[in-house]
Amino acid sequence: MDQFTLNWIFIGASFALYIGIAIWARAGSTSEFYAAGRGVHPVTNGMATAADWMSAASFISMAGLIAFTGYDNSSFLMGWTGGYVLLALMLAPYLRKFGKFTVSEFIGDRFYSPTARLVAVICLIVASTTYVIGQMTGVGVAFGRFLEVDKTTGLFIGAAVVFAYAVFGGMKGVTYTQVAQYCVLIVAYTIPAIFISLQLTGNPIPGLGLFGDHVGSGEPLLAKLDALVTELGFASYTGHHADTLNMVLFTLSLMIGTAGLPHVIMRFFTVPRVADARWSAGWTLVFIALLYLTAPAVGAMARLNLIDTVYPNGTESESIDYEARPDWMATWETTGLLKFQDMNGDGKIQWYNDGGVGAAKMALTKLETADNPDADKIAAAKEKVASLEAKTADSVFTANGWKGSELSVNRDILVLANPEIAQLPGWVIALVAAGGLAAALSTAAGLLLAISSAVSHDLIKGAINPNISEKGELLSARIAMAVAICVATYLGLNPPGFAAQTVALAFGLAAASIFPALMMGIFTKVNNKGAVAGMLTGLIVTLIYIFMHKGWFFIPGTNQFTDADPLLGTIKSTSFGAIGALLNFAVAFIVSKSSDPIPAEIEELVESVRVPKGAGVAQDH
Amino acid sequence: MADNSSNAYWSANLRIIKISLVIWALVSFGFGILLRPMLAGISVGGTDLGFWFAQQGSILVFLALIFFYAWRMNKLDAEHGVEE
Repeated sequence: MDQFTLNWIFIGASFALYIGIAIWARAGSTSEFYAAGRGVHPVTNGMATAADWMSAASFISMAGLIAFTGYDNSSFLMGWTGGYVLLALMLAPYLRKFGKFTVSEFIGDRFYSPTARLVAVICLIVASTTYVIGQMTGVGVAFGRFLEVDKTTGLFIGAAVVFAYAVFGGMKGVTYTQVAQYCVLIVAYTIPAIFISLQLTGNPIPGLGLFGDHVGSGEPLLAKLDALVTELGFASYTGHHADTLNMVLFTLSLMIGTAGLPHVIMRFFTVPRVADARWSAGWTLVFIALLYLTAPAVGAMARLNLIDTVYPNGTESESIDYEARPDWMATWETTGLLKFQDMNGDGKIQWYNDGGVGAAKMALTKLETADNPDADKIAAAKEKVASLEAKTADSVFTANGWKGSELSVNRDILVLANPEIAQLPGWVIALVAAGGLAAALSTAAGLLLAISSAVSHDLIKGAINPNISEKGELLSARIAMAVAICVATYLGLNPPGFAAQTVALAFGLAAASIFPALMMGIFTKVNNKGAVAGMLTGLIVTLIYIFMHKGWFFIPGTNQFTDADPLLGTIKSTSFGAIGALLNFAVAFIVSKSSDPIPAEIEELVESVRVPKGAGVAQDH
Repeated sequence: MADNSSNAYWSANLRIIKISLVIWALVSFGFGILLRPMLAGISVGGTDLGFWFAQQGSILVFLALIFFYAWRMNKLDAEHGVEE
């Protein structure tokens, strides 16, 4: 059976499983759409939350970003897990005690202000839409590969599937479907990692294998990898090369953002008791950690295997002939996410750190072979190639007769290609396909539902037209979902970054707007005006900073700065969420101090969310 | 429930949160990033302890912190008679 058929059997079977469970579970609990977590054990709830949370960014993209950068991208690992500590200690138990269903309801009630609720809804919509763009990037990569079409076609097909999946609606609320999705996802992620760890280090646990010895050479795996990458001119894998301030801010931004994302927080509103909210956060992190402890091993081992594929006899010897390249390279070439251009005409693949010469040459070729060649752009591209070549003229690689790195590998393909690179059996490759799609689809659909309910329930019914009929509300929910997916698909064609980077921007926005408001609502007596001013400042300043670096409304080419040379010192747009959060806190305290204190009944509300006693069940309003 | 007991409960909670967050920051921003050069002498599987904290250790400590907090707070709830 060929790989293509095998992929579709696994993907088809996993989808049949989700739909089957949804139908089975639905029969008994139609009315419990919102309260999916109630009466569910914290372990089960933790597993479902983990599926909700881990998306294309975690599954498809993250290990690739770590693989190509090494230590410097550890921020993703610490940031996306460390946020759960904030969530468990500072938000989850108190929000559970408060006993409503959405984040914007808490903000609206605690700050006794419909304006505060409205601002919270806007923050939620902006962050979630950015998040969906990142998911669409991942979905495009996965569908492109498994349908063997180019990534744009893959993106359109993926968008259609996500839309259909989200319209299923209630399915998302069924905890057991998410439990199944978690199982598919984690098995798909860890099985190839275990195989590869055994191959390379003899240790079945990838997280331990990462620090073990390489079977072939007897040296420690990471020392071997450091040696190989530096021989090829790349920065060492384990070294710290990135700017420290930016790395700290980026990690902090991801942590705060994690604790400010509405679709995750919502899951803790509906557990049976306050104590369960505390345990649930722990169990969620257990299930997330299974993937996050494995990811750095996947990254390092994939990098090692990739170098080994290109230079089968070591980096000092000849690299492989393009004609003799493995099949997986050829299949990924059809998606356009892996490119080869023979710069020096020797028919072999050279892959090394060329100071950007190869990338510049590929960009030039793309311009020259376009349907309507643009003479000005071609001239500029030629100039760039010439200047880069001049800079690298005396490198050892140039002396070897190498004329630029000939292989361009998109970071987002690494996890999906990983089992093929390691020559694992076909069923493992198919399993990874099913896992990647489960991760991307479950989160994308969940976010679309969050956006549509925010628009129809909180925005239209809560603020614009309280008398809207149920039918009207449902219609506006569907329209909001369709608009959101069109926007995300359009922007996903030219995404502001790799999947995980785009998702990081969404976290920055949530960090700068939602988290400070929730924290101040519980731990301080900040008033309505302070909260509104803080949220608006955090959101607007962060959004402007992101747009200035990634293009206004993420439209390519409209940016004034780049992350390589950011506006403020070394602070990249992906790290700015932490600064936005600080501004949010500062503005909120100043405004609050200079206006009326909170009324007595709100003071009582704050006192009451601080003690678990008398929580009762969560109520709809 | 008397006001005094409520205040005592809340300040005990804040103290536990503060201690936990100090550990949280120490293993991630500290050992994982800022203090990594200081740990460079302690080698772990081809690299140093700071690298291990950044890619494995911090996550394990986060897990321990959350479970410790849940256990400690459930005990505190009972001591102050504010459990459900």
